[in-house]
Amino acid sequence: MLVRKTLGALAVTGLLAFAGAAAAADKIKIGVSYPTPTHAWAAGMNWHAEQAEKRLEKLYPDVDLILVNSPDPGAQASALEDLVSVHQIDALVVLPFESEPLTDPVLNVKKSGAWITVVDRGLSQPGIEDLYVAGNNPELGRVSAQYMKGRLKDGDNIVVLRGIPTVIDNERFDAFMTEIEGSGINVLDHKHANWNRDDGFEVMQDFLSRFPDIDAVWAQDDDIAIGVVAALKQAGRDGNGMFVVGGAGMKEIIKGIMDGDELIPVDVLYPPAMIATAMDATVSAFKSNGPVAGRYILGATLITRENAESYYFPESPF
Amino acid sequence: MMTASENAGVKPAKRWSVDLKTLGPALALLLLCIIGFLLNPAFVSEGNLANLLTRSAFIGIIAVGATFVITAGGIDLSVGSMAAAISGVMIIVMNNAVDTLGTGIPTVLFGCGLAILLGIGAGWINGALTTKGKIEAFIVTLGTMGIYRSLVTYFADGGTLSLNFDIRGTYRPVYYDSFLGLPIPVWVFIGVAICGWLLLNRTAFGRYCTAIGSNEAVAKYSAINVDRVKTLTYIIQGLCVSFATIIYVPRLGSASASTGVLWELEAIAAVIIGGTVLKGGYGRIGGTILGALILTTIGNILNFTDMISNYLNGTMQGLIIIVAVLLQRSDWKLTKSNKE
Repeated sequence: MLVRKTLGALAVTGLLAFAGAAAAADKIKIGVSYPTPTHAWAAGMNWHAEQAEKRLEKLYPDVDLILVNSPDPGAQASALEDLVSVHQIDALVVLPFESEPLTDPVLNVKKSGAWITVVDRGLSQPGIEDLYVAGNNPELGRVSAQYMKGRLKDGDNIVVLRGIPTVIDNERFDAFMTEIEGSGINVLDHKHANWNRDDGFEVMQDFLSRFPDIDAVWAQDDDIAIGVVAALKQAGRDGNGMFVVGGAGMKEIIKGIMDGDELIPVDVLYPPAMIATAMDATVSAFKSNGPVAGRYILGATLITRENAESYYFPESPF
Repeated sequence: MMTASENAGVKPAKRWSVDLKTLGPALALLLLCIIGFLLNPAFVSEGNLANLLTRSAFIGIIAVGATFVITAGGIDLSVGSMAAAISGVMIIVMNNAVDTLGTGIPTVLFGCGLAILLGIGAGWINGALTTKGKIEAFIVTLGTMGIYRSLVTYFADGGTLSLNFDIRGTYRPVYYDSFLGLPIPVWVFIGVAICGWLLLNRTAFGRYCTAIGSNEAVAKYSAINVDRVKTLTYIIQGLCVSFATIIYVPRLGSASASTGVLWELEAIAAVIIGGTVLKGGYGRIGGTILGALILTTIGNILNFTDMISNYLNGTMQGLIIIVAVLLQRSDWKLTKSNKE
């Protein structure tokens, strides 16, 4: 009895699974894989991915987007395997946790015949992806430096708070330093504040004790900028035209810019919404009548009071 | 017999070495301060010293609690995540209390009271699982570390929890104001340190901690309620985390998944630099406080110089920590020569 029941149950499940597969076969299945949020920017990315999923599935009923987030590179590699074996995806949008360990897993997805879109962090082997979507790190440094040059004069002093020692941080920092060179603006020192509010606060406190004359701060990131502003206010050195330039596009900072905040007057875009851009472009690879493959590098737009509203997402956690 | 004669032989040397052991961390700190001053006289400015002391308060307060746990032979890896989770819950609850309690002192007191309850509760959970559940403290607190960290990520939806702006105005002085020339967090630090010192050195409870840490079985046969004392050390640890959180939240008025990352290791490092033995049985609150000050001073000095590559900050910190501990082991030569 029991055996028969089990067999029956198995047969039914099998049938259902087969029916499900058959029904889904005519759908375009797109897997979207990205890291589980461990900091605010990634949380923003998750939010934008979910928004894009809702919007695109409504727009194209035959498109099925499967969102998966993973807490570490190993888990992401497993998630990619599952997307191929269980879901049999037609395309993959992937924001790799780290480039090196995920290159092979993505290559395996490619071998299954799927279209590959890589977001933000590139793979360590060229030619795997059909489409590359990313923010522009060197441009972020350059745009920040150009703004500094516009506001400051020869002999003015700035300090730089960098992120976590990584390639991204180096790209931003090197481009900034190249652009600021020869402008007569002194970069007093630069320290890592790890894209973190607390570190931003502490490093800035020390810079303020060490340098009696600072005219502006390049904080590189909005979280660091919030810590910097708290330190400036504590030391009472937030007047005299002092300003801080962050980066990324955090909603609180954008709101401040819209309201005319003098301490953080601008922001440089490095949007977590780039995952949505990548999902849009991937869907259009199946839906558009134009070519889609290639590189899609987002601009590091300078967000000012005039254009801030179009970058403000009050619902997003970032 | 052998041990007795050896002890007798070591005695005069031991007294001398104990002095150095106590002085070790103090000497290391003094040395660091001199280096700091030579790098830039602004190091000893009133503002910088106030910043330094205030910053040390978080790790210092947590490390006082850790001294009890470690002295009694335990370990608590969950404190950093616990601090983040308590900050998060405090912020959510205070934001929600605005409608009923307003944005004044009652809301802040409500938040602080809740933080203390949460700290005690979290400490009790760690303690009960270790003693009643008979699970290694390392495993228990490794588990709760993961739980608290993911809870704060979940509460914040992966982003950042921010305190209501008006409450922040009321609460801000707790971090930024001074009393008799010292910032409030430093007063809290001093208070916790004095209570901790009295508790460890002048009460039966303190002696029980040391006894359990050096030999749990013997302590049990000496009619010490080992489970209760051990659980209490984790509760003290939780309470210390609450105090640290209460002075941390008004600093930036926010909590996120990156709050308190690696605080557990910093607290343990402060305890060990201060001379407490990692495997238990010997604890020093005074040393722990010096240890916390040393750790903060290293970070501060590194920000005061551009001589060392940014990438080597961790190396410098590691080296100084190891040297500070080596300084305390300056009795090793004497023991060796005595053995010969």
